[in-house]
Amino acid sequence: MSHAEDHEGTRRDFLYYVAGGAGVVATGAAVWPLINQMNPSADVQALSSIRQDVSGVEPGTQLTVKWLGKPVFIRHRTGAEIQEAQQQDEEGLAALPDPLARNANLNADAPATDANRVMPSPEGEAPGAWIVQMGVCTHLGCVPLGDAGDFGGWFCPCHGSHYDLAGRIRKGPAPENLPIPPVEWVDATTIKLG
Amino acid sequence: MSGIPHDHYEPKTNGEKWLNSRLPIVGLLYDTLMIPTPKNLNWWWIWGIVLAFCLALQIVTGIVLVMHYTPNEHLAFASIEHIMRNVNGGYMLRYLHMNGASLFFVAVYIHMFRGLYYGSYKAPREITWIIGMLIYLMMMGTAFMGYVLPWGQMSFWGATVITGLFGAIPFVGGAIETWLLGGPAVSNATLNRFFSLHYLLPFVIAALVIVHIWAFHTTGNNNPTGVEVRRGSKAEAEKDTLPFWPYFVIKDLFALAVILVVFWAVVGFMPNYLGHPDNYIEANPLVTPAHIVPEWYFLPFYAILRAFTGEVWVVQIASFVTGGIIDAKFFGVIAMFGAILAMALAPWLDTSTVRSGKYRPMFKWWFYLLIIDFFALMWLGAMPAEEPYATFSLIASAYWFAYFFVILPILGVIEKPLAQPETIEEDFNAHYGKADAEATPAE
Repeated sequence: MSHAEDHEGTRRDFLYYVAGGAGVVATGAAVWPLINQMNPSADVQALSSIRQDVSGVEPGTQLTVKWLGKPVFIRHRTGAEIQEAQQQDEEGLAALPDPLARNANLNADAPATDANRVMPSPEGEAPGAWIVQMGVCTHLGCVPLGDAGDFGGWFCPCHGSHYDLAGRIRKGPAPENLPIPPVEWVDATTIKLG
Repeated sequence: MSGIPHDHYEPKTNGEKWLNSRLPIVGLLYDTLMIPTPKNLNWWWIWGIVLAFCLALQIVTGIVLVMHYTPNEHLAFASIEHIMRNVNGGYMLRYLHMNGASLFFVAVYIHMFRGLYYGSYKAPREITWIIGMLIYLMMMGTAFMGYVLPWGQMSFWGATVITGLFGAIPFVGGAIETWLLGGPAVSNATLNRFFSLHYLLPFVIAALVIVHIWAFHTTGNNNPTGVEVRRGSKAEAEKDTLPFWPYFVIKDLFALAVILVVFWAVVGFMPNYLGHPDNYIEANPLVTPAHIVPEWYFLPFYAILRAFTGEVWVVQIASFVTGGIIDAKFFGVIAMFGAILAMALAPWLDTSTVRSGKYRPMFKWWFYLLIIDFFALMWLGAMPAEEPYATFSLIASAYWFAYFFVILPILGVIEKPLAQPETIEEDFNAHYGKADAEATPAE
């Protein structure tokens, strides 16, 4: 820009900065929509909260639903399974690879007890009857299998991660417990995700 | 064009003169095609033509495949089957495109390792090398996005794993991943944008190829001796070179023909050999394939990505020093991109003044070890992430970085190179005899 003689502080200098600044702002304003169009569209965002009827999920079975493009495991535990999960609590809270509950409905530092992992039960059901968690292995994102593994919970066939009945990682390469999404009861038989 | 002195285009007829004074395009093409080329180039120098052919093949077959393909999550898989079963010759076009990608990467890897052995990356050819690395990066992006388009299981889960890499970036990773995918997971939005970019990037590559050629036409080709062409006068330069047309074009086309025999055998008789059967199952977000493996040409870098787990002390130190910001996952991502960056930095890491590996007795062995290392990483990338492969991966990854960041800088200082020939002509005559050299047409 220094083809002309020194013009420090002149009117022309001022015009250079104003024109250059306006050009930068205009370019940014033009580029932003081109970037922002790649963010999730309105219809995708609209699906960020869904309701699921779980009246047909008998104790001892599991329902897998798709939420935000990912599987969510809704497990209705039997009395025996609740007991076993609580036993697993006593055995090894200290030995868990991931001591945190990873429950979006609780504080981030909540410990990974079975009580912190399960949903509050609707009226008339034993505490700990329902557990809802993302069906995405925390290792490399595979989908674990239910009713499998060394701890009676879930087992990821990709790299051999074992989760217990509360979805806590017990063995294998996965670093964290299965995350629990924001979830609540809308009525006695309907769960709201997100 | 600056560089080696040679004859330039002279418009003769009135028509040629008329055009030349308005747009000197014939002169540009003439100078490009008649570029003086070192006459001692060996067979490792044919892969440029193969690469140009691959780019053309992929663009041509790609454009016609798009006439039958539908980029929609519900229709994409079916439209591929439509191409395979209904479109006239569609299966052949698709197999050519699929295997064309593999030939493209075979060629680019040989081309790159040729450059690494003969020191083609060294001054004054750094820009050629850097542009080549950019082309390579674009090729990887294009190939990855192209592999997602058939919307098979491996497409879907490969896309999930690879875009997940961006999620490992501290603080902003989650937002970047969502932005790339257009949603919380791989979906229709992802498929559409990958399709758009898969169509765009080859043309960006074509533009970069032109710049790549422009750069090395300015500096002149490297050659197996690494000795520069003499450019004091045209007569002197002609002792070291021959025009690209017809000498090297014909040689390169012969090599291309031989390579295409093998290529067609693969396309015709084993078109799915390099693919994964899982990709003939439609994408299902609720079921993961048992073993997610990238295409073979990504395997060496995939192995480096997976090598740095939380148990490795380098990773633990990095995590401790950065207060946990760089965790094992992010470290792996840095390592993978760092492995490619290491190659791009070779011109400044290599301290030796001798270009060609032919005259570097110690370098040679380290280089051969790098080749073995590359194949070892490729093998390890396809193996499950368990022992003993994890340890092997770590060793092989460590060598990759050691080669570029330790061995190349040190060798230049401690190695005693062998005597190099004075001129390319001398090297050529030593191989082919004086008589042949003088039989060069004076044209």
